[in-house]
Amino acid sequence: MLKILKYSFYDLMRSRWSYVYFLFYLILGFVLLFLNNDVDKAVITLMNIIIVLTPLIGTIFGVMYYYDSKEFTELLLAQPINRKKIFMGQYLGISISLTLSLLLGLGIPFVLYGLFKSAAIFNFSLLLVVGSFLNFIFVALSYNIALSTENKIKGFGYAILMWLFLAVIYDGIFLISLVLLNEYPLDKFSLVATMFNPIDLSRILILLKLDISALLGYTGAVFRKFFGTNFGMLISMGVLVLWVILPVFRMNLKLRKKDF
Amino acid sequence: MIEFKNLHKQFGKLVVLDGLDLEISKGGIFAILGPNGSGKTTLIKCLLGMVIPNKGEIIFDKKSVLRQWEYRNNLNYLPQIANFPPNLTVIELINMVKNLRPKGANDEELIELFGLKNFLDKKLGNLSGGTKQKVNVVLTFMFDSELIILDEPTNGLDPIALIHLKEIIQKEKDKGKTILITTHIMSFVDEVADEIVFLLDGKIYFKGTIDTLKKQTNNDNLEHAIANLIAKQDA
Amino acid sequence: MKYKILLFLFFISVAVAAKQIVVCEDCGIKSIKEAVRIANDGDEIFIKKGIYKEQNITIHKSISLIGEKGAIIDGEYKGGGLIFEANNFKIKGIKIINISTSYTVEYAAIKVVKVDGFIIDGCILEDVFFGILIEKSKGGIIRNNKISSNRKGEAGSGNGIHIWSGDKMEVYNNEMWGLRDGIYFEFVKNSTIYKNFSHNNIRYGLHFMFSNNNVYHHNEFRNNGAGVAVMFSKFIVMHHNKFRLNWGSASYGLLLKEIYDAEIYDNLFEQNTIGLNAEGSTRINYINNTFLRNGWAIKIAGACYANIFLHNDFMSNSLDLSYNSNVNDNKFDNNYWSEYNGYDLDKNGIGDVPYRPVKLFSYIVNKTPQALVLLRSLFVDIVNFSEKVSPVFTPDDLMDNNPLMKRIND
Repeated sequence: MLKILKYSFYDLMRSRWSYVYFLFYLILGFVLLFLNNDVDKAVITLMNIIIVLTPLIGTIFGVMYYYDSKEFTELLLAQPINRKKIFMGQYLGISISLTLSLLLGLGIPFVLYGLFKSAAIFNFSLLLVVGSFLNFIFVALSYNIALSTENKIKGFGYAILMWLFLAVIYDGIFLISLVLLNEYPLDKFSLVATMFNPIDLSRILILLKLDISALLGYTGAVFRKFFGTNFGMLISMGVLVLWVILPVFRMNLKLRKKDF
Repeated sequence: MIEFKNLHKQFGKLVVLDGLDLEISKGGIFAILGPNGSGKTTLIKCLLGMVIPNKGEIIFDKKSVLRQWEYRNNLNYLPQIANFPPNLTVIELINMVKNLRPKGANDEELIELFGLKNFLDKKLGNLSGGTKQKVNVVLTFMFDSELIILDEPTNGLDPIALIHLKEIIQKEKDKGKTILITTHIMSFVDEVADEIVFLLDGKIYFKGTIDTLKKQTNNDNLEHAIANLIAKQDA
Repeated sequence: MKYKILLFLFFISVAVAAKQIVVCEDCGIKSIKEAVRIANDGDEIFIKKGIYKEQNITIHKSISLIGEKGAIIDGEYKGGGLIFEANNFKIKGIKIINISTSYTVEYAAIKVVKVDGFIIDGCILEDVFFGILIEKSKGGIIRNNKISSNRKGEAGSGNGIHIWSGDKMEVYNNEMWGLRDGIYFEFVKNSTIYKNFSHNNIRYGLHFMFSNNNVYHHNEFRNNGAGVAVMFSKFIVMHHNKFRLNWGSASYGLLLKEIYDAEIYDNLFEQNTIGLNAEGSTRINYINNTFLRNGWAIKIAGACYANIFLHNDFMSNSLDLSYNSNVNDNKFDNNYWSEYNGYDLDKNGIGDVPYRPVKLFSYIVNKTPQALVLLRSLFVDIVNFSEKVSPVFTPDDLMDNNPLMKRIND
């Protein structure tokens, strides 16, 4: 598996798109920090971008890599390697190279800016952790979609739809149902609904640091327990890990029956 | 050496292999033929473990291959379409495949033979289709394995490379290897194959030497003999 | 001239007559109560190091009570500490501990009743019910004290510095924590509160009720249950205070209720659930304050008229403004809003398009509080944007016409 990982990783690290992605974050980091001069605001803007963009890029890279390397994968499948290892290697290769683009792209400008002296270091590292999680989650999700869809165009479409659903539509339905069901106790519902969407979950994790003052304004006991203690942080992190494990698990399950 | 027993495979409603039984003995070149959609590629992919049959058993070297992967160390495969990671160089790819298999390889000899020396440091994404196919051939033949499977090996090769390919195939056969080939080029079959396995509707329709086929169909030309075979089925 | 000399001699003789009474474990006078009994007006009682287990020491004489370092009055949870009922007293450097809780009597470490002129300086009051309780007095100075407690619940705890009916008080350099209210003013006028640090109190860091014409400045209020409350008062000036880290469902940096004609300037509101909550507040000028990373920078409930918000910094608050009434000629002008993303083509430092501080989302959260979990979601941003383009739910005349492009207090 490590061998496959190594080669997928090399392959991607040399791709133009990895550089574009890296440069995008690099420029973004510089612009936010040096034209703005306000770390708090930069972190907030960055959060808005990371929770929308990393899933999108993860999704696109995931399906693209799967379909583009289909024939090569077949060549690998004819080698004496367990097929699970081939795909886990590819999956990790993509996820790690994307994560590296993110970490370096944003890390360099922040280090140059002197973030390590700033109090925002914790918020910023949380942002990077969440971004990395989103990479791993969405590459896994898109690989699931690609594995289940023979047709490249369809697979691409489904993947983009999944992103659109989780990034925008889910929250829309969520908000509308909250407003419509206003009369009922919704504390648990709203927290549980958050858990079912990795983007929302990541957002909550960052909110726990950035907007804790606002979150504690709500009276519900469940909310208070969730947001007021480390409980919320632990649960969110735990579920985020599940969001990586479950799609990877399903990927392996799918692989056992998949024909190439 | 290889034994397919009552092999069934269905893609959705489409039945591709329908209780196929086939035995291939050690040594010799076997051409697997059949009209489009007759299940040639599926049969090979079942053997390679890429397609998982709904029912049946495949024995290779006295062991079942289903859900196994170690046996593939004793098997070389030339895929139909040569498509490699575009950002790796040729030599990196060769080294990678060597890296994946725990046995020696004679890649240098083959690189020399196919004139790939000048391409070794080029990225695979920049190579022409023919060159890629040459790389493909090198990757396939550089290992010493009992079984060699070639899926449309002549695709995109220039005449000189084709001659080299035929030579290699012959050489491997002389070493006592078993070689399975699928192709549509009948002249190629006529030239290299010892036996023909003809697939139709997911079953073995004919298995035997080229001469037997020609006699059976009363036809001296292989292409016509095969056409005859299909026509008889339709009648 | 003769008379003047006589008067002078008289004062000298009084000064000379004033004596010092020393209290200590090995002295002739072993208890404070005894010292007080033999003291005359103008005397000084010097309390040496030691623990004095005495309660409810009532003093009717204008004396000074000075403590050596380590002089402790232990109330043993049997009542209050000192009770002063004479003008012009002074108390300095005494530690008073263990004052009992009562639901009927307001026990205090230092209680002052109907006194004109006093100084309470450098006392440490620990584990008290009420710290300093002042009734119907004027002209007092309360400075350099540390008052703390650890009682649970609002009903079972008292206030740090509690003044009921007072005039011309000066409260400075004190630190209060673990009490119900750090400082409580009721019917107090013409008084000043400055450079105090009131933190981790159960209810308010500072609480005004029916107290007019007061000033408080350069104080820090941190981590109190509900922040600072100014209620039913007129002509209060609040400046250079820091309101920080007041978290909770009913927590504010500053709560204003039924307030008229106040000046609020140069304050910092940082990381409070609600930076400023105003209700029934009229003719108030908010100038040059900084609202930094609050949940809601400002919440305005009903009946607020003629308030002016000028030159304030609104930095990275979750929501800038929540408004559930009409605009009522409140005015926002020339503020800096970090959320503002307009442009300044003429380079005059003022954004060319107005800023609307009320988002649709803050309107939704008012109706459906749980919707808060969707804060900063892309969908919410889209909804806010469409509302910004054509306001339907939010008051369309509420805007800052001249939003600044740069922070004022960087």
